[in-house]
Amino acid sequence: MAESRPQIEARGLVKTYGEHRILDGLNLSVNRGETLVILGASGSGKSTLLRSLIGLGRPDDGSVLVQGIDIFSTDRLSLKALRCRMGVAFQGGALFGSMTLAENIDLPLSEFTGLPASTRRIITQIKLGMVGLEDAMDLLPSQISGGMRKRAALARALALDPEILFFDEPSAGLDPVTAAGLDLLILQLKKVFHVTLVVVTHELTSAFSIADRLALMHEGRFLIIGSPADVQKSKDPIVRRFLDRLPEDKRKTSDFYQRFIEEEGDAQSIPEVDNES
Amino acid sequence: MIKIFIGGVGHKVLGLLAEAGGLWQLARASLKRLLVGPFHSDPVRIRSTIFLMVKAGYDSLPLAALIALLTGMIMALQSAQQLTEVGAIGLMPNLVAASIIRELAPLLTAIIVAGRYGSAVAAELGTMKVSQEIDALTVMGLDTISFLVVPRILALIISLPCLVLFADFVGISGGLIIAVGVLNLGANGYMQSTFDTLGMEDLAMGLVKAFVFAVIIALVSCQQGLKTRGGAEQVGQATTISVVHSIVLIIAADLFVTAIFYLKG
Ligand SMILES: Nc1ncnc2c1ncn2[C@@H]1O[C@H](COP(=O)(O)OP(=O)(O)OP(=O)(O)O)[C@@H](O)[C@H]1O
Ligand SMILES: [Mg+2]
Repeated sequence: MAESRPQIEARGLVKTYGEHRILDGLNLSVNRGETLVILGASGSGKSTLLRSLIGLGRPDDGSVLVQGIDIFSTDRLSLKALRCRMGVAFQGGALFGSMTLAENIDLPLSEFTGLPASTRRIITQIKLGMVGLEDAMDLLPSQISGGMRKRAALARALALDPEILFFDEPSAGLDPVTAAGLDLLILQLKKVFHVTLVVVTHELTSAFSIADRLALMHEGRFLIIGSPADVQKSKDPIVRRFLDRLPEDKRKTSDFYQRFIEEEGDAQSIPEVDNES
Repeated sequence: MIKIFIGGVGHKVLGLLAEAGGLWQLARASLKRLLVGPFHSDPVRIRSTIFLMVKAGYDSLPLAALIALLTGMIMALQSAQQLTEVGAIGLMPNLVAASIIRELAPLLTAIIVAGRYGSAVAAELGTMKVSQEIDALTVMGLDTISFLVVPRILALIISLPCLVLFADFVGISGGLIIAVGVLNLGANGYMQSTFDTLGMEDLAMGLVKAFVFAVIIALVSCQQGLKTRGGAEQVGQATTISVVHSIVLIIAADLFVTAIFYLKG
């Protein structure tokens, strides 16, 4: 596939719920191997945008091209093939409640690879190991914490080694250590596998450490889109308000944990923050 | 006042039509997946169908048997009373068997299954819908209809007729128990006259009904589950609605099938 062609291209996306224009002619393009982080206030339409990009919620207007394929008008088979190259980790995890974690990750493998069960088991182990859940393989989603569920969802999204990965709020509800671990994993995926990533997040620290480009959603469009340095330099009052207000709160908590770690000297003893919504 | 009433009725009617349209679409899509899916690398999911057959059929066996047994006994007592009055107690086995096989076993078993399996399916799919599991399946490239709906329909189409045959047998046995134990009739004579008078048509009618009811229960519960929006409360609503609608449609279809057999024969 040509390096120059954008992996994801959205043109003029419009989505309205009743009177409310959630997406208002939004344009977007993500290149291969690039990590785009989408920021925005709660309710600004980030999840709605993501749903359009993965072909779930058909926009009222506009088009979405993923690897050059129009996701809302292509035929069933090429859509299926395309979806095997995309991984999605949902905001709430969306693990299959009746299956163990191992079975959750095995599902795409057994559906699409034709590998023998023993091989699939090993792959499953590796994928769960990547997110630090190899010991929880045979637990049901209801038996693990919210943060663990989030990581398991990531492992499932990675099952087929996707070329494009979509993440809705990967680190919300994770303790700082695990969240930092996830950031590291994302950076590795980017570096080693050249995965194209679209990440929605509220965590500014995480956003700035993983992003190649940052986009801030406001009133159905991107108010600003650019490299972390560009965004940091922006003088737009709304951008400033978003960037300056949150980090203060965040810095306090990360300082708190930093001290906590140094005093205890043992990262393992930090209780897992489990406040998934 | 009248305007509001008519408006309300109109609204209800439109709602029902929309519902019927949804059912029809789901039925068409499922049939299409079932017939052409295997040629598009979308095979029928045998394993999950078998698993669901156990849930739909085997798990309902005890309850279906109990209800059939009691119904057979009630029918025997009721008809004995009426038939003795006209001096035709000899027709009792025939009457019991015919009502069980043609009507009561399919109807009551279907209602039990609508309450047990239909509600479970609606709740399961509804929960999957509101927790985005359906979305997760879709973005994985798995088709909701062939992955979830088709096995649930197939499982019931196979297991409900089996359950009904079983209920036929138990129901007739219930009649026999009353005949022998309470009315002092001979067991051999009872079975003899049961088999003598029963035709293939009675059995066929029961099984056609079982098939139609299975399609109704499976489609209604899948549709209600899949169109759930919101949260736990809506899942509960979907469950209730699926049972109520199934039962109403089952009884309407019962009349329809009975009428066809009546006109034909
Ligand atoms: N199905 C729906 N029906 C009506 N309105 C909806 C629907 N889905 C989303 N909305 C509205 O769209 C807006 C954007 O929702 P969205 O979930 O995209 O926000 P978000 O940016 O992801 O927020 P958060 O950061 O809290 O996850 C919200 O105001 C919400 O009320
Ligand atoms: Mg969201």
